[in-house]
Amino acid sequence: MNPETTKVWNQAASRATAAAAAHQRRVTIDPITRLEGHGKIDIFLDDQGDVERAYLQVPELRGFEVFSLGRPAEEMPQITSRICGVCPTAHHMAATKALDDLYQVEPPPAARKIRELVYNTFVMEDHALHVYILGGPDFIVGPQAPPEKRNVVGVIEKVGVEVGKKVISMRRRLRELIAYFGGKVIHPVLGLPGGVSKGLKPEDLPPFKELAKDTLDFALFTLQVFHDIVLKNPDYVKLIASDTYTHRTYYMGLVDAQNRVNFYDGLLRVVDATGKEFAKFPARQYRDFVAEHVEPWSYVKFCFLKPLGWHGFEEGPHSSVYAVAPLARLNVAEGMATPQAQKACEEFFSTLGGKPVHHTLANHWARVIEMIYAAERIVELINDPEITSTNLRVIPSAKPVAGVGVVEAPRGTLFHHFETDAQGLVTKANLIVATQNNAARIAMSVEKAAKGLIKKGNVTEGLLNMVEMAFRAYDPCFGCATHSLPGHLPLCVSIYDRRRNLLRQLVQPASLKPA
Amino acid sequence: MSDANWQPRIVAFFCNWCTYTAADLAGVSRLKYAPNVRVIRLMCSGRVDPQFILDALAKGADGVLIGGCHLGDCHYGEGNYKTVRRFQMLQRLLRDMGIEDQRVRLEWISASEGERVKTVINDMVEQVRALGPLNLPQRRQDWDCEMTHLAESAGESAGESEAAEPRAEPEAAHA
Amino acid sequence: MPDKPKIGFYWCASCGGCEEAVVDLAEDILGVVEAVDIIFWPVAMDFKKKHVETMPDKSIVATLLNGAIRTSEQEEMAHLLRRKSQYLIAYGACAQLGGIPGLANQFSREQLLRYVYEEAPTVVNEARTRPQTSFQNNGHTVALPDFRNVVRALDQVVEVDFYIPGCPPTPKITRAAIGALLEGKLPPKGSVLAPDVALCEQCARKASKPDDLSFKEFKRPHQVALDANLCLLAQGIVCMGPATRGGCEAVCPAGNMPCSGCFGPTSRVRDQGAKILSSLCSNIAAKDEKESRDILAGIPDPVGTFYRYGLAKSLLRRKVNLPVEAAQKAL
Repeated sequence: MNPETTKVWNQAASRATAAAAAHQRRVTIDPITRLEGHGKIDIFLDDQGDVERAYLQVPELRGFEVFSLGRPAEEMPQITSRICGVCPTAHHMAATKALDDLYQVEPPPAARKIRELVYNTFVMEDHALHVYILGGPDFIVGPQAPPEKRNVVGVIEKVGVEVGKKVISMRRRLRELIAYFGGKVIHPVLGLPGGVSKGLKPEDLPPFKELAKDTLDFALFTLQVFHDIVLKNPDYVKLIASDTYTHRTYYMGLVDAQNRVNFYDGLLRVVDATGKEFAKFPARQYRDFVAEHVEPWSYVKFCFLKPLGWHGFEEGPHSSVYAVAPLARLNVAEGMATPQAQKACEEFFSTLGGKPVHHTLANHWARVIEMIYAAERIVELINDPEITSTNLRVIPSAKPVAGVGVVEAPRGTLFHHFETDAQGLVTKANLIVATQNNAARIAMSVEKAAKGLIKKGNVTEGLLNMVEMAFRAYDPCFGCATHSLPGHLPLCVSIYDRRRNLLRQLVQPASLKPA
Repeated sequence: MSDANWQPRIVAFFCNWCTYTAADLAGVSRLKYAPNVRVIRLMCSGRVDPQFILDALAKGADGVLIGGCHLGDCHYGEGNYKTVRRFQMLQRLLRDMGIEDQRVRLEWISASEGERVKTVINDMVEQVRALGPLNLPQRRQDWDCEMTHLAESAGESAGESEAAEPRAEPEAAHA
Repeated sequence: MPDKPKIGFYWCASCGGCEEAVVDLAEDILGVVEAVDIIFWPVAMDFKKKHVETMPDKSIVATLLNGAIRTSEQEEMAHLLRRKSQYLIAYGACAQLGGIPGLANQFSREQLLRYVYEEAPTVVNEARTRPQTSFQNNGHTVALPDFRNVVRALDQVVEVDFYIPGCPPTPKITRAAIGALLEGKLPPKGSVLAPDVALCEQCARKASKPDDLSFKEFKRPHQVALDANLCLLAQGIVCMGPATRGGCEAVCPAGNMPCSGCFGPTSRVRDQGAKILSSLCSNIAAKDEKESRDILAGIPDPVGTFYRYGLAKSLLRRKVNLPVEAAQKAL
């Protein structure tokens, strides 16, 4: 071979070797499951087979903020609810509150109570969905349980068929309440600036009072289940407290005037990793505190605390990453506004060693506590004499300019911001959706779990689920996070050797085959 | 990409009693006007369903002309009032969809106004010529190109495993 | 004992509401589950694409696919499921009509990407980083599917056998459709599996719908008190009912808000938006052009109002002067 050819040959060979080496060190989980929306996880191993880097990618985008341009603002509650069919009420309510702000109008007290009633009902049933069907099985059945059991069927086996039926029936009844006020439960219609479209007739009240009572019983029952199955199991408690699933970040949530958790309204409060208050601000000032960072490997944007600047997917003293949702809300607040929830909350912190709690898996427990709060709030509101009032609307008269509405969606803080022209047509929209606030921390959790669990290229069945548990605890909604249409991909981990031969394929184990 | 030989193609909906009669008159009077218009006779301009207009554009018309009686003169009384109301909204809709005002035009032309038929048609043809072809069928084809290669490869590789399919993303590690 | 028919549920560009709609069959779903073999249901079950790829063609009796089509990956899945299914059923407004995400057809892909990743008020991105279909870093290569220029309904990508309309479809419609499927009592191919009447027929306010509508003005819902019993059109509120297929039994008017058209048109209408435009406009009480214009100004956003769910399937489909940008490595 002449020297030129040899040189070219060698160059090509080393390039090919490098490419093959890169390939061999790659593990993909595609897609992830038991969550709303979809994503895939790409894990890259170094030469020792340890994890070098993990990317949690969300592969889709719809563009609500752009195609909302030119739309009448009063349509935004119904348009934005299509961001997510699992939590449409969260978007509906955030948009409705943004309209209140846009038109500078306060709904009458009865309308506000109806909104809160519908909203707490929604949080309750959505949390129940996650606890029993999405994330809960990891605990109620156990992360080491066989894949066929790690789903709602396994949960029913553990807690009994009667309970299983109760879960389905409870959710159905709660959703029927939402449909009563909202016309339908998936994409309800009740929200208007200055009020709600429909009220509660006195003759329809008694069954809802029954429902409220049953709901509280059910929430307390769920806590009992959690106690019996999770907290009494030292392995689970160890898992929850393990470092693999721990991150010391900031936390954000809505709090009322007494700094207690409130899903519907309040001020935003941010605490640092020691629990000290970092900021407290009204919705309108969100842009001073919340910013979004873009990475080339995912359609989801990553939120961070603006005053601190972006410092990467880090925790610790220079980090600007924050978390939202149940654990964050409990960390941020100084208590719960209702007695049973407060009691459960106190137990939570005393068991886990004080505030703030940094263990991601504790989100599951915090979620149950929030179910109790939501249920107690439903009882309060349904028994409020004003709930059947017919004074439900204030007709706006101010000229619209801009409005910001914030609620606590089950999965975290949700910001809707609209600007309009004088006619009330949208000229600008900005939506920061719950899971986006968590996106950075979720990515970190996935990478940390991968690094903690994959050693020396040893990828096992258990790994798949354990890595997934890292994101599942956040109850993420990637549909929301990318205001995107989640597509759907099967979940599997593919492990390749140097020559791109498929060595092993591990299938996402959680199969929800019905009984 | 416009063909040097391109001629504007305009579909016209003319009401029987007024505008169509005027067009007849123009013909009989040997008035010369541009041949780019295909006339469709309806009994009333109020019969023009907006779907007809959109369909004509979707099928390749570069412009649509609606001709009816002057307000107050409609053979059926109210028909042309409905036309103008629909037309006003349709024009706003078309603007929002990127179609220029000059491409869809409403004119009141009475039975005796043969000359007017000529001037309106000539004027519209020149305006549309200046705008260029709309050619929605071609645009749709251009839009759908992004899908074509995938459809072809899906057909080809039916029954095969994933390996052969050309993909936009080289490294997606699907199961 | 013959095998139970294989059924699948799949989601493309979907909000997940259609999945929830199936779950909302609640106790009824157990009956369905007993009668069929659900071979995939991504939100609830494991699903491997490879598993579907190895199934014989047409071995799935029916796949109910929801969501619009916007990425290369969704197109692939649509083609795959078409091959493997006897019946491919478009479930929900997005699969049938493009849905609310179809409104993105009024904007270019570049506009979307630029706003989302650069111009949104909270974005901090001086480097103008954009998500890429293929990204290399430090020897790692990760990929994202191509985001298309155009939002499409399912039948703009593959052949569709039936449509189940709604955003989302109601439990009743879903139950009826699945029942018809299992009993083999399906209407001609291409049918929409919902009553072929306008919504007004089913609305509780039907009796107060005027025979001669005459709009002196249009009001937007937040501008007026809404009478819970009177036809909304009679109140001057734009309601899509007359141009919308029934089947939902008018749940939105039951929530005291107007119909927004999510069930799409009846079989007699090709372009739902054009039809409601025609109906509403011809019924305004204006005798001169200026008055007419003033009244119509009460409907400020014709595209978003008349084509809320159906823009992708409308006669125009997309704002006509938008570019088609090539699929690139960097979006």
